Amino acid sequence: MEATETKQYIIVNLGTEQYGIEIKYIENIIVMQNITRVPKAQSYFLGVINLRGEVIPVMSLRKKLELGSDIFTSVSRIIIVKPEPSAAPVGIIVDEVKEVITLESSDVEMLNYDEKDEKASLSAGVGKYGNELINLLNIPGIVLEKEASKKKNKGTS
Amino acid sequence: MDVSQYLEIFIEETKEHLQNLNEQLLILEKEPENEGTINEIFRAAHSLKGMAGTMGYKRMQRLTHDMENVFSEVRGGKMKVTSQLVDILFKGLDALETYLSNIQNEANEGTEDYQDILNALDDFMKAGMGNAEGTKEAVASNPKVSVQEVPVDHGKHKYLNIKIEEHEKKAIAKAGMLGLNVVGLTVYIQEYCVLKGARAYMVNRSLEEHGEIIKLYPTAQDLEDEKYDFDYSAFIITKESPEKLSQLAMRVSEVKEVVADYIKLSDADQEAYTAAVKQDEALQSQPKTVKDPGSLKAGNAPAAKQTTKPVANRSVRVDIEKLDVLMNLVSELIIAKNSLISLGSDGEKQQENGFHDQIEYLERVTTNLHESVMKVRMVPIESVVNRFPRMIRDLSKKLNKDMELFMTGEETELDRTVIDEIGDPLMHLLRNAADHGLESNEERERAGKNPVGSIFLDAYQDGNNVMIEVRDDGGGINVEKIKKKAIERGAITEDAAQRMTDKDIIDILFQPSFSTAEQVTDVSGRGVGLDVVKTKIEALGGEIEAKTKLGEGSNFIIRLPLTLAIIQSLMVIIGSEKYALPLGSIQTVENVATSEIKKVQGKEVINLRGNVVPIVRLGNILDCEEKENAPDELLVVIVKKGEKLAGMVVDELIGQQEIVIKSIGKYIKNHKIVSGATILGNGEVALILDVNSLV
Repeated sequence: MEATETKQYIIVNLGTEQYGIEIKYIENIIVMQNITRVPKAQSYFLGVINLRGEVIPVMSLRKKLELGSDIFTSVSRIIIVKPEPSAAPVGIIVDEVKEVITLESSDVEMLNYDEKDEKASLSAGVGKYGNELINLLNIPGIVLEKEASKKKNKGTS
Repeated sequence: MDVSQYLEIFIEETKEHLQNLNEQLLILEKEPENEGTINEIFRAAHSLKGMAGTMGYKRMQRLTHDMENVFSEVRGGKMKVTSQLVDILFKGLDALETYLSNIQNEANEGTEDYQDILNALDDFMKAGMGNAEGTKEAVASNPKVSVQEVPVDHGKHKYLNIKIEEHEKKAIAKAGMLGLNVVGLTVYIQEYCVLKGARAYMVNRSLEEHGEIIKLYPTAQDLEDEKYDFDYSAFIITKESPEKLSQLAMRVSEVKEVVADYIKLSDADQEAYTAAVKQDEALQSQPKTVKDPGSLKAGNAPAAKQTTKPVANRSVRVDIEKLDVLMNLVSELIIAKNSLISLGSDGEKQQENGFHDQIEYLERVTTNLHESVMKVRMVPIESVVNRFPRMIRDLSKKLNKDMELFMTGEETELDRTVIDEIGDPLMHLLRNAADHGLESNEERERAGKNPVGSIFLDAYQDGNNVMIEVRDDGGGINVEKIKKKAIERGAITEDAAQRMTDKDIIDILFQPSFSTAEQVTDVSGRGVGLDVVKTKIEALGGEIEAKTKLGEGSNFIIRLPLTLAIIQSLMVIIGSEKYALPLGSIQTVENVATSEIKKVQGKEVINLRGNVVPIVRLGNILDCEEKENAPDELLVVIVKKGEKLAGMVVDELIGQQEIVIKSIGKYIKNHKIVSGATILGNGEVALILDVNSLV
């Protein structure tokens, strides 16, 4: 991809694994809120929350990545992301938010997934940070579904 | 004459006049010598009288007539504005408002005569002065001039009483230059004349054949509306002699008498105005068309207010500027469309770039369009708050406390739906501030404060919210007192009270049936206070918060969302979750015994007054937690979709609520069961069920 560009990531924990979310997608990080369940929704959407008068859908990253159910603790956080600058925000639940790191593009290796593998769209590669490997999440791939044919409906506000 | 078609206009305008009168009277009470105000009041009262008369509301007309007489005396300087007088006048206004609301509800004014007010007004008239001459003198187009009018008795030559205005003097001077006569005349019409409006018109027409009428007193409009007694005066520029003109006028039947003579300007005036005329030919006036400017304009209201007249009750007066913006956006849309069409003929490379540009452009235009349309629904908060100064005045008298209301941000705009609803809560808060908030004058003095209490009402926009603050500089909320009372009432335990922060304690105020006033007064303190305010504001999607400092005053802050799409809904509980059902599709709510539920082709139905209605177990569809033991009776909300009925089984009803629709975004797909969400008063999100998709 790029030559020697640096990008900043926020490192989050999901169980024992570390994931990175590129900072440009992140709008806000908030503590856990009361989530109103939305019936018949995709299983990984836990519901909606009220963020300063806006209703924002919240998804479970664990469920999306098939890592089992969430266990909410005092360090659980909802990261509000926008997959595209003009798109509506979505909340992503993570177990813990750790730190912000800077990675050179040379430190990021793309994984060769099978084209058909659904997970391919979820990953933006693996970052090498010190001795650790960090799964970099492809936020647009996670939030926007391929088959999303539903019309944009941003509501009234 | 069938006046029903004018009823809406009449109601709207009467409201405006009454509001205007209220405002001006308040000013008058403070500045009894303010001429501008007196004139404004007089004009409004006069228009009111005329309008009521035209519509055939005799009682209303009579009352306004008497009030107008008093105003007229005040204007003539023959009567002093006293507090008692203002009180009576306010009572009169209240009576007029009652008439108006009767008219609004039943299309007639009712039968109450308010004889006491009429008598009181009469007494003032008698006490004020003996000479009733000139009371009926109607409006002049320029109030400033008519104030200086000196009531010299010119006998029947009443036209000599008329103050000639600048532009008219110019016209007279000009007539002199052209060798024409200016004749003043007063026409007396027989007292038994039925259609005096028509008579005046006929006289004027015959006079106009021989000259130009430059001034009518009362104005042509008032004459037409029969807003004069039995005489009126006119100035005419003519070649004819006064005698000839009186003969002409006398030819019209039912004219009793006409007196006429030449009108001459003083020599100095003649010279000055002759010079002016030469300089300014353009100012040749047509005073015939001068109408009463007070009939349209509401005091200090923005000019935009007069742009359109509402015809229906649910209408919104729209600022012409807002419409212009809409118009511009629509034309931009057309341009965007045209650009897209022309793109079709461009090369492929160009096409791609251009296409994206146009899409972006289009998006911008549509977003703006959306915003503008929302703005059209916005109404300045002024229309709600402008009645408060009057209210505070009354409270001040009633409570025997001196207080003043300061308002800012009246121009702040809010959605029409909110405007309609916010009045009562604000009134409540203001009453609270006046009654509980402010201390008595003596107490204030003891505390070293200005004995006159201040109440502030500030409205302003803050991001996506509109904030309204009701503030007073009174004693503040006594947290200890609330604590004590709450414990007394068993609302909280003593233990809990110890742990609660001041803020928590203040929040108790918003709980149902909690009032801190030690004495229940007539004004407030009936124990249904802040909780109602809170419910109402939350129903509007807003929040309320109280801040207080003991000894320095309290502050209630209301936060309201700026843009709204509000629907009425029935809030229900299913399982442990709250849902909103749009009220529009709900027919009835029924209690159905479980034994009444029959199975037809594997589906549950009930027989509802002869209709077979299928039952939808919302709990199952929405995968809610089931209640442990199924009750014997089910609560069934009957909804209608087209011709079809269906019964939705819910666990509990919360009640009707106005809710603000928020989208839940495009990410969640749930087969359209949920049409949106709303934020409840406590910050929780409740989903709005799309009943249609469930039937």
